[in-house]
Amino acid sequence: MNQASQTMDDALLRFFGRMTASMTHEVKNALATVNENAGLLTDYAEMTLQGKPLDPERVHGLAARIADQVIRADGLLKILNRFAHSVDEPLIGVDVTEHLKLLMALSIRFASMSEVSLNVREPADRVVIETSPFPLLNTLFGCLEFAMRAAGRGRSIELWAEKGPSGVCIHFEPLPQLDDTSAEALEVDETHSLPGSLEGRFVMNRTSGNLSLLLSKRA
Amino acid sequence: MPEKVLLVDDEKEFLEAMAERMTMRGIEVSTASSASEAIRLAEKESFDAIIVDLMMPEMDGLEALKLLKKKSPESQVILLTGHATLEKGIEAMKLGAVDFLEKPANLSELTEKIKEAHAHKMIVVEKQVEERIRNIMNVKGW
Repeated sequence: MNQASQTMDDALLRFFGRMTASMTHEVKNALATVNENAGLLTDYAEMTLQGKPLDPERVHGLAARIADQVIRADGLLKILNRFAHSVDEPLIGVDVTEHLKLLMALSIRFASMSEVSLNVREPADRVVIETSPFPLLNTLFGCLEFAMRAAGRGRSIELWAEKGPSGVCIHFEPLPQLDDTSAEALEVDETHSLPGSLEGRFVMNRTSGNLSLLLSKRA
Repeated sequence: MPEKVLLVDDEKEFLEAMAERMTMRGIEVSTASSASEAIRLAEKESFDAIIVDLMMPEMDGLEALKLLKKKSPESQVILLTGHATLEKGIEAMKLGAVDFLEKPANLSELTEKIKEAHAHKMIVVEKQVEERIRNIMNVKGW
């Protein structure tokens, strides 16, 4: 195995680890809330045994909170499951907008820690590219991390895809602090980090404040 | 005298439920949903224990711990985390945390640690008072 290939494998493994750790952390938070609310129900039951009145509205409220957190945890695990399955196929037609939505869902904690909100714009037409889903997610996450730094705290970033002249363009905007963010902070190299089926190029427009990833099928 | 606790977590429903359960157990509870809010509260009031979530937006638990210890070195800070690693645990202890617990937390275990923190703080404050009295007596030459 050559050096570039080993470096790529290490980067992909690190990415997989980071995403899994982040998502399981979120599931733990949901479980911790379920635990406390279930504990409260137990406390109320104990109080009833001591002759104190029980407020049915309060009990209903707690039960509803527990149900909400179960839905939350289930949603998180569905996303984690989709992410895990992104390694199944080496080459497949990827709906880029749906991939960006998966990226956004996986990045929820990172965005929250950066105090940035994310939005994926629906395209006018479906944008599809044939590639390996998992390495593409890794590259897109690298772009997103950079974009969150270049957006600044309290900002909102829109992610969107469109068909390009020879492939697909994926945009991250607006990035008001792009001027203050060094291009070296973009810690993905499109030559090495993209799946072998794709060629890529990053374009940073400091005037309009956006980052674009231009993808085309390797000849 | 009831123990006084400050709970710090950005998960609002978790915070509310835990605060209510602790109040039922006779603990006086204040809450903060961010590290900066916690630091503002800690500047105004003295707490027996401050329980802080490790992963929060704006400022994480370890940064909050550093600032809390700087503003009031006698603070007994317990860190709560969704994923406790050995490295984070060691780092937290080196920065002055009294304990490092994983969520979901066992409330009985947590209230025991709050009682221990309360007792420890009493000893620290007593020593500080003794030191102050000793200094006054040395200065006054009694």
